[in-house]
Amino acid sequence: MRTGDTGARRRYIGVYAALLALTVVTVLVSYVNLGIMNAVVALLIASVKASLVALFFMHLKGESRLVWGFALVPILFLVLIILGTLSDTLLR
Amino acid sequence: MSAPHAAHGGPAGFETAKLGVWTFLATEVLLFGALFTAYAVYRAEYPALFHAEHLKLDRILGLANTIVLITSSLTVVLGVDAIRKGKVRLLRGCYGATILLGAVFLCVKYVEWTAEFRHGAYPGTNIFFSLYFALTGLHGIHVLLGMGVLAYVVVLAGRGRLSESYTTPAEMSGLYWHFVDLVWIYLFPLLYLIG
Repeated sequence: MRTGDTGARRRYIGVYAALLALTVVTVLVSYVNLGIMNAVVALLIASVKASLVALFFMHLKGESRLVWGFALVPILFLVLIILGTLSDTLLR
Repeated sequence: MSAPHAAHGGPAGFETAKLGVWTFLATEVLLFGALFTAYAVYRAEYPALFHAEHLKLDRILGLANTIVLITSSLTVVLGVDAIRKGKVRLLRGCYGATILLGAVFLCVKYVEWTAEFRHGAYPGTNIFFSLYFALTGLHGIHVLLGMGVLAYVVVLAGRGRLSESYTTPAEMSGLYWHFVDLVWIYLFPLLYLIG
């Protein structure tokens, strides 16, 4: 935790720069008509940004398997709920 | 060194607090998840409506707010880094800046909502705006609560209750604030960019 007084700070600022860059990319891509792929690309970029926040800002990268489990299980349930509801409403 | 640990449950207390916050965030994922599910279902059902209506949102203000929130996530994590190194004043400065950025976010949101009301878009106008106002409103409440929690940490730090051996309140409030940022990371493209 104490290794390199500026190391951690520099990494946070690097992550911040990446988040800003990805935000610009997602706005620019939204002006290109890709049809259904617009939604896919937007969600992919958002997920990369979310992963950066979780891994580095929320320190998930250095956490135990237990904390990873606590963080990932709700995502699994969310995916199940969304896919389950969509399959019900779209295929009815 | 060991006294503050003993008083606050020690390293085991820190781990427990972390699992508690992640569990709470799990319930938050499901709370927002219900609305995200509604968004997915209705967007699949009414793609043309969603496309037409999302163009009425101000994406410049949405982008500005995205940058404000990402910046506030950086100031929070710098605050956590500061208290881990025992820098109480720096923690207070960083969290103060975060609260300020949260206020800027809400002010921009206020400007957006009043503009939308002026243009005749209300929560009952159609399914897109129902979801827009529900999602941004619920998120806004979270921003407000987060500002309150961070303010509490600033007060605690001011009373000399936090140090490099007891960082728990700063770390836990930081996790919550990052979660609020995470939600917006999805809301911005879904509402403003692709509709």
